[in-house]
Amino acid sequence: MKVKVKKMNNAKTVFFDRMFDIGIYIILILLVIITLYPLLYVLFASFSDAGRLIVNKGILWGPLGFSLDAYKSVMANPGIGIGYRNTIFIVIAGVAVNLFMTALGAYVLSRKNVMWNNLLMFFIVFTMFFGGGLIPLYLIVKGVGLLDTLWSTIIPFAVSTFNLIIMRTSFMGIPDSLEESAKIDGANHFTILFRIIIPLSMPVIAVMILYYAVDKWNGWFYASVFIKSRELFPLQLVLREILIANSTDSMAAGASAGDRHQIGETIKYATIMVATVPILCVYPFVQRFFVKGVMIGSLKG
Amino acid sequence: MDNPQSFKNRFIRDFILNKYLYFMILPVIAYYLIFHYGPMYGALIAFKNYTPMKGILGSDWVGLQHFQDFFNSYYFLRILKNTLLISLYSLLFEFPAPILLALLINEVRHRLFKRVVQTITYMPYFISLVVICGIITDFTNADGLINRMFMWLGYDGQAMLQKPELFRPIYILSEIWQRIGWESIIYIAALMGIDQEQYEAARMDGASRLKQMIYITLPGIMPTIAIMLILRMGNLLNVGFEKIILLYNPITYETADVISSFVYRKGLLEFGWSYSAAVGLFNSVINLILLVSANYISRKVSKSSLW
Repeated sequence: MKVKVKKMNNAKTVFFDRMFDIGIYIILILLVIITLYPLLYVLFASFSDAGRLIVNKGILWGPLGFSLDAYKSVMANPGIGIGYRNTIFIVIAGVAVNLFMTALGAYVLSRKNVMWNNLLMFFIVFTMFFGGGLIPLYLIVKGVGLLDTLWSTIIPFAVSTFNLIIMRTSFMGIPDSLEESAKIDGANHFTILFRIIIPLSMPVIAVMILYYAVDKWNGWFYASVFIKSRELFPLQLVLREILIANSTDSMAAGASAGDRHQIGETIKYATIMVATVPILCVYPFVQRFFVKGVMIGSLKG
Repeated sequence: MDNPQSFKNRFIRDFILNKYLYFMILPVIAYYLIFHYGPMYGALIAFKNYTPMKGILGSDWVGLQHFQDFFNSYYFLRILKNTLLISLYSLLFEFPAPILLALLINEVRHRLFKRVVQTITYMPYFISLVVICGIITDFTNADGLINRMFMWLGYDGQAMLQKPELFRPIYILSEIWQRIGWESIIYIAALMGIDQEQYEAARMDGASRLKQMIYITLPGIMPTIAIMLILRMGNLLNVGFEKIILLYNPITYETADVISSFVYRKGLLEFGWSYSAAVGLFNSVINLILLVSANYISRKVSKSSLW
């Protein structure tokens, strides 16, 4: 009798577990669809025929017709090219500066038996919790003469304190014996940092490069505050004008007024694709580094 | 005679030993001094009537006048309320979402399916904010995708971003859409640290999967949840202005305008330097207080803290 009750309980549990499983799969599949569909919609719309898209703006299961006009207009727009050029400069120069400065700080702060390190660490970490605010930062950037230069998006953000802490933690994990032997061979600190510590920390360096690069690539706010010349606009600022301020007219030049409104819509979608596809192409390959970065970051807590 | 442990001697010895290290970190110190402590010093203008002609030091002191103006102004309650409401709604709806996702992903046995779900849900995090807001603007248009879908259901189309009452839902929902996957990573990492034997024991006792999730998995990631919650509390008044600025407009100011967007508009678009700096400083100080108290409470209650 007792055995039977136990069995019935088990059967009930198995049934519930089955339902539980099915429920989880349904929820996750729905989530994937919700995440993916907006992007698919933009993709379909960007290849659609402008006239047909405007009369049929519901769910799209594929492009309506097929037209590359929008992409031609986007490619013909000098703003996008200029934006790409400036952004690539900001990403490359910015990440180089970020990496160099972060590594310097992380190296020194990870050394033992340095009298002022604790104080320096406090001096740095304190800035994570308190800041002077936007307006004073603007005045400083103006004061040092960086206003309206591409460097205004690089120098004032040379070190991310959070990344510095991650890098420091990782440097501290490297055994002392390695650098001791290098010191005996007469290596100075620069040699130890660049020849021993950094080559041994490649996973963290990779994570840092990706964090900083994404930051630079996506950044638009400080550029909009510090940069006024159009020929210095990074890609995201150009995008903001097209997508948010809705100024596709310059690109649709040549079309008649009615067509202009129609093609304006598809130009927006094509612009999103042109600006996002490079990131989404790289993304699957670098995804595991980001995940690793979060793990490293969470270890310090 | 001379004590080798005296401060002076330790100082000298340390300097001789480590002078190259101090030399190396000089650029980093200079960076923090100029771009982090510089603005803290610059925040002095909150107590002055700053004009670019006179500079930070030369401008006239006005004491707390800008703070008083702000507290007495019509905007004070409005932006404080908006900031708190957006923060609280995020805490209520956006904060638990990634925890839930992590719990669900943890239950999936099929490895390929798990990977696909993770890869796809992390993705929106890497799309730039400008593009996300561009998509939001387009989809919520009077004839955008979302409105068309509502129209099938018999509702009237409306320009949703022109409706003050819709701003917060749009903000929060799109925030969840973009961040749920990415923010779940940290919880998934924490889940891996849970002792597997606990599950075995629970299975022996006939606990269902749902019960295992509630009584083993969830408590297992509680410390991580606590830490994330403290960080959240510290940022209660730090609603990201970047997204707000991209999405709001004068019609929706009454629900959308938060402290940081107000600082931006008053200071950089309307050149009220000192007034805006005062509002910014008020924000920073409140944030610091919130963070310290959240950390204190958490240390007392759950023994998890940042320091």
